[in-house]
Amino acid sequence: MPLDDRYQLAFKLYPYEHSSDQDATTPVRHPVVVVGGGPIGVATALDLGLQGIPVVLLDDHEGVGQGSRAICFAKRTLEIAHRYGCAQPMLDKGVVWNLGKVFHDDRQVYEFNLLPEEGHHFPAFINLQQPYFERFLVERVREAQAAGAPIELRGKNRLDSVDVHDDHVVLDVSTPDGPYRIEADWLIGCDGASSPLRKMMGLDFEGRVFEDNFLIADITMKADFPTERWFWFEPHFKSGDSALLHKQPDGVWRIDFQLGWDIDRKEELKEENIRRRLDAMLGPDVDYELVWTSIYTFQCRRMKKFRHGRVIFAGDAAHQVSPFGARGANSGIQDVDNLGWKLGLVLNGTAPECLLDSYDVERRHGADENILNSSRSTDFITPKSKISHVFRNAVLDLAQYHTFARPLVNSGRLSVPCIYDDLPLNTCDALPGGPARTRPGAPCPDAPLGQGFLLDHLGGDFVLLGVGCVVPEQFEVEGMTLRGLSVTANTEINDRYLGDATQAVYLIRPDQHVAARWHAFDENLVWVALARSIGKD
Amino acid sequence: MALNTSPNIPDPDGFYAELLEAHGGLSDDDSIALNARLILILANHIGDRAVLSEALAVAATGETR
Repeated sequence: MPLDDRYQLAFKLYPYEHSSDQDATTPVRHPVVVVGGGPIGVATALDLGLQGIPVVLLDDHEGVGQGSRAICFAKRTLEIAHRYGCAQPMLDKGVVWNLGKVFHDDRQVYEFNLLPEEGHHFPAFINLQQPYFERFLVERVREAQAAGAPIELRGKNRLDSVDVHDDHVVLDVSTPDGPYRIEADWLIGCDGASSPLRKMMGLDFEGRVFEDNFLIADITMKADFPTERWFWFEPHFKSGDSALLHKQPDGVWRIDFQLGWDIDRKEELKEENIRRRLDAMLGPDVDYELVWTSIYTFQCRRMKKFRHGRVIFAGDAAHQVSPFGARGANSGIQDVDNLGWKLGLVLNGTAPECLLDSYDVERRHGADENILNSSRSTDFITPKSKISHVFRNAVLDLAQYHTFARPLVNSGRLSVPCIYDDLPLNTCDALPGGPARTRPGAPCPDAPLGQGFLLDHLGGDFVLLGVGCVVPEQFEVEGMTLRGLSVTANTEINDRYLGDATQAVYLIRPDQHVAARWHAFDENLVWVALARSIGKD
Repeated sequence: MALNTSPNIPDPDGFYAELLEAHGGLSDDDSIALNARLILILANHIGDRAVLSEALAVAATGETR
């Protein structure tokens, strides 16, 4: 099969270069190979590379494909990107929004404010075209490489076949200079929803198909729509069964129309037909230009298992959701956040290999939560029967006048990080009166600290956090140096980490999730909890 | 007691999904009958005549705005 581009590039970021691996007489073995250079693959390479773990990334193109695609990036994603050192350009470029309005026909039934809580470094959401998100990640990789991070991005390197062994994987790769073979101790599959790797391995990917088509039109226009998310059910302008308007950087607006199931795809993608829908929505006086258009359908599904021995799947390759709720790319980045430190500890011999099974368990839990939420949103937006349509419109009618109906309106439940409740790495909550939001398994909420923020001081490695009490600055446990951080409680830290308790000690994982918490420091209890959280229990 | 029109159902998305699941696969007539039974069961649970009258009035105007 020729190595032709399947899509046009928005940015050429990793042009093909001949690697010495291609001239080796016996295949070169690498600790980690990542397949797929999308946001999830590049973030994985960055996470591992910043830990000093040599990683090779293979992609069959030389950069980022065109099209805005994922546009809503959540606070948690920005916090993770901040840990990687690339959140600032995303924040600078992105559009911050908080207000959402929901319309039915020609009337507003409801509006919501994401009500940003004070004292966080990052906003609840930014809108940013996916190519920019990927470019900022790759630029950070280049910076890290310059500082010595052992990351290699190999463009125009297409994985053609794999041979999976108990303790390594053999990969056959095509390049413009012909094929070559390499080996990997670990192979991470980040090659997207239609994952060729998953197919090569003959693995399942089952779930629910939604019988509906959506038209995306990205346009630039001079119009004074506010920076808000506007969603219409059965819009009066009849451009679709539902419609969405959302602002992106560069004066670009994302418009989404629900077209129904039985459509003529080719016909609908004709410019005059797209313009007809847009004109009806925007009125005759608005000048606009089409930037990117696409028709998509979607499914909600996941692999039964994300880990298959030495091959681990992440992002869309492992799970796929409908776009309502922005739970695709955001959950993929949480996969990376979860996998990176675990793979790091296994590779350097600190943790047993079974720690990687907790990636499987925790991220399947996350995927199930995302699939549940996005399926419910989809069912509300596109009712599947007459009676569900009747109920949906009854909710919308009532929501305009009665607050009780508003929580039932579902135009997308926006991505929040999942809490790993009752999963094996957690130690039972031992902080009486502690806030529920920081219970074991939860991601640490940010809070102001000194001139900066708490999360700036957490993550990357295990941290013992003393709130309103003093913990040792560092001590050795389980062959690891545990870093201690003692903070005095301010209003936000008090609300988020103490609740009714007077002081607290938190054991925090490298991905900023709480592993355990107590009222006071007890070296023995920390030792046991840490062992458990690295799979030694 | 007055009719409560403030949010009062924990896990609203879960409730809504369960409500629609109950209708899954039913014909229109069977769905109408299920709704009727459900209204009567809930009305009995509420019990308060004044609240029921108020709910009927709200439902009637909610339809027509």
